[in-house]
Amino acid sequence: MEGFLAQLLNGLQYGLLLFLIGSGLTLIFGVMGVINLAHGSLFMIGAYLAYVVATLTGEFWLAPPAAVLGGLAFGALLERGLFRKFREREHLDQVLLTFALILLFEEARAALLDNQFHAVAVPPSLDFSIPVTGGFAYSAYRLAVLAICLAVAAVMFAFVERTRIGASIRAAAENPEMVDLLGLDARSIHTLVFAAGTALAMLAGALAAPLQSVYPGMGDGFLILSFIVVVIGGLGSIAGAFWAALLVGSIDTLGKVYAPQIAGISVCVLMAAVLLWRPNGLFARG
Amino acid sequence: MTRPGARGNLWLGLAALALASMPLWAAPWHMQLASTAAIAAMFALSLQLLAGGAGLISLAHAGFFGLGAYSVYLLGGGRSIFLTLPAAALLAGLAAAATGYLALRTRGFYFLMTTLAFGQMLFFLFHDTPLGGGADGVFIARPDMIWTVPKAARPVVFLLLNLTILTAMYLFLWKLMGSLFGHALSGIRANEDRMRAMGHDVAGLKLTAFVLAGALAGVAGHMAAVTDAFVSPELLGWHHAAEALLMILLGGIGHLHGPILGAFALTAIREVGQSITERQRLVEGLAILAAVLLLRRGIAGLRR
Amino acid sequence: MPSISRRSVLGGSLAGAGTLALPPLALPPLTTPALAQPAVLRIGLMLPFTGTFAALGEAIASAFNLHLKELGGKMGGRTVELVRVDDESDPAKAPSNVNRLLGREKVEALVGTVHSGVVMALVQAAREQQIPLIIPNAGNVAATRELCAPSVFRSSFSNWQPAYGMGKALAAKGIKKAAWVTWDYAAGKESAEGFGDGLRAGGAELTKVLTLPFPETNFQPLLAQLPGLGVQAVGSFFAGGGAIQFVKDYAAAGLRDKLPLCGSGFLTEGVLKAQGAAAEGIQTALHYGDGIDNAKNTAFRAAYKATTNRDADVYAVQGYDAAQMLAIGLAGTKGDAAAAKELSAAIRAAKIDSPRGAFTISASHNPVQTIWLREAKNGENRVIGAAAEALADPGTGCKAA
Repeated sequence: MEGFLAQLLNGLQYGLLLFLIGSGLTLIFGVMGVINLAHGSLFMIGAYLAYVVATLTGEFWLAPPAAVLGGLAFGALLERGLFRKFREREHLDQVLLTFALILLFEEARAALLDNQFHAVAVPPSLDFSIPVTGGFAYSAYRLAVLAICLAVAAVMFAFVERTRIGASIRAAAENPEMVDLLGLDARSIHTLVFAAGTALAMLAGALAAPLQSVYPGMGDGFLILSFIVVVIGGLGSIAGAFWAALLVGSIDTLGKVYAPQIAGISVCVLMAAVLLWRPNGLFARG
Repeated sequence: MTRPGARGNLWLGLAALALASMPLWAAPWHMQLASTAAIAAMFALSLQLLAGGAGLISLAHAGFFGLGAYSVYLLGGGRSIFLTLPAAALLAGLAAAATGYLALRTRGFYFLMTTLAFGQMLFFLFHDTPLGGGADGVFIARPDMIWTVPKAARPVVFLLLNLTILTAMYLFLWKLMGSLFGHALSGIRANEDRMRAMGHDVAGLKLTAFVLAGALAGVAGHMAAVTDAFVSPELLGWHHAAEALLMILLGGIGHLHGPILGAFALTAIREVGQSITERQRLVEGLAILAAVLLLRRGIAGLRR
Repeated sequence: MPSISRRSVLGGSLAGAGTLALPPLALPPLTTPALAQPAVLRIGLMLPFTGTFAALGEAIASAFNLHLKELGGKMGGRTVELVRVDDESDPAKAPSNVNRLLGREKVEALVGTVHSGVVMALVQAAREQQIPLIIPNAGNVAATRELCAPSVFRSSFSNWQPAYGMGKALAAKGIKKAAWVTWDYAAGKESAEGFGDGLRAGGAELTKVLTLPFPETNFQPLLAQLPGLGVQAVGSFFAGGGAIQFVKDYAAAGLRDKLPLCGSGFLTEGVLKAQGAAAEGIQTALHYGDGIDNAKNTAFRAAYKATTNRDADVYAVQGYDAAQMLAIGLAGTKGDAAAAKELSAAIRAAKIDSPRGAFTISASHNPVQTIWLREAKNGENRVIGAAAEALADPGTGCKAA
């Protein structure tokens, strides 16, 4: 039973990281209708940014804010420079665009840095472990990531649910045409949402860097998982993404423990089952 | 999705003849490259029936391609192509029937992700169980083709064979899209609810298209297995399905022949990219970016 | 049709540009007849130059090139030209990439690769067309067991070998029960088998194998199970990013003091710096390590550092030895790459003077080599003894031998 609790903690922590990536994805899709395949690359860019910042300054804690600010700027730039031109185009053209971005980001990474593995040290203040159950301890940094993810989730909910801008984002995600009817500035909302989504993915990357190390293609695995999170939660729903992320994190973790032979597809089976039961995800409205 | 008219078909036919004449003037490597492109074109064309035809974007399609490829291995290798080809189509079609029956309950992006899940389950079946010979892939003895093909003649024989099957597949789909069935599919793509209101059996039509497309993907996979004599689980993975989609989009999703142009163009872009630089992804990325920025309807839409 | 030689790295300074043009061909046989050898011998290096394994591909290629330079750019009396193809570690593209090397680039010998799925396509071509192939990394046992062939050689290891060494060394230390943690794929299974065989050889047993899907790195669910298994030690097979994270997570989970971690050498190979203090003291077994005291190794490390500005690792050694083996084989046939029998006989008869220590090639064409026991210390994998000497892969099912 003790082991089971430790595993639930594992699932929670993994799920919350997935939420950071998935929440940006679901917002971007909900508001802009863009299926952003390059979201995993943004995660990777955040991790490399953390590596560069930590190496240059020797202070890891500068990296997460740098990822957020850099993400906001980079996301706004991408939206204004590229995605805006694609607003009237078919969804699939946008998919093609994000696919090209994956290739270009990957090449840029290889050209600017190299193809080696790089470690990002866990910040010294958190470089210790806390015993959880008999013989198994939890790293303090992992717990800190868990706390940061929860805090970010709370801030996001407060922002989306309680502020005026948040209300327009919700309106845009639920009914893109309504934004125009209400006289809201759809263009600024798009820029804001894409910037925020990019910042979230890059923050997730920066936070994951000390856990994962940084290496080429490190975002690939997360891309599909976070799409699964988004779909199970219902497109455009932040609350859906939150609960779905926790569900996916737990199923993935428990699958590895209790059914290792099929752990590779446990999450796929989960998604298929959910969608056959509720074809628009768990939290789809309307 | 529009079908090329008589003139368009004439041009396509001339291009096919030019490729078929390669043994007279091209090196074996270029014939092999053309074979690879032709197989990719079959795969993309089979997906086009769903994507351009009915507006269904499926990521399970590589699973059916891979099943077709693996059927050659599962039948024991060295069998007659007249046995393995129908078997591949049948196996892939059956899998598509089961997948489509379930996945078609969802729509849009949810459909895309449901098919991704089913595709990955098929991938898993071959990657993580001993059924298909393991994660590293397996060699297969090439099927008999009436007579045994000498090694040196393989590039020629496979090029002609692949071109023939690609042509047949194209003509079949050309006919199909001009039929009542094709028009009904186009109607579903334009407005599914209206078609339902008009009394069409939308679910049945979609499933038929899904199964047909799956069987054709199986044929493409079969040709890949026969040509390469090597199959690996990656053939079933979603990356491979996404590649077919990339070819369709590059070539033009609004045109029946778009995938063929896309497949040959992407193969050429990669070949050039690999020849001039080790940063081939840069070339590929820039080419796609240019295509998406400049060509609004893919290569096939250039003439408008 | 002009051949574009942008990617063709000239082995020596001697290769003439005039030989680059392809002869016009109608339906040529795919191998060059021995009678009319062109002056230039083209060798295809099919390796990952992009993606997760890019650093490995670079190390292998650089070291291969290093030995080629030492030979004055020649093998078997012929000037060598290297043709690089990036295999992207993608098995789906492998047949096409092999065709490119054989058909377009007209290479007469193949070297590659890292990914064990991609290597299958190379093995197939080598078997079908009797083109000599040296595998400079991929350790899937099949290549030198049931799929062994006169033209297929390996300069690296079989997945079974290092894990066997580790198991044997562990048993010798008095460990009775151990577990193995790895990815659920062929290399993982084969290494688990080797670990179990090694433990059994010393009277111990492998009681549990834990796996997770390749290439996932969410290890926490596995780590939390380890304390309850009732074993005295944990062995593992991971590489690259997975290895870094596994070692760090293992330490952070507080398991290091209770359950010593060991493994196939790839666990700490080329990633020690990234693992930092978490790797300190971990024992691994591999066919190479730091502090192997022989003249060849000293010279090799100095030369590799001088040309690449990087420290040599096991991948570089494997690439270097791939060049040595191919050169020995070609010397035995006077540069005729198509003379499979003679080439094979020359390599089989040779003692390869490797930086890892001299080794020979088994009947199934896998190295018979010492597996060193190493301990991670101050960023190095210090060799502390031999885990298994002159260890040969069982070679089960090899009929060509």
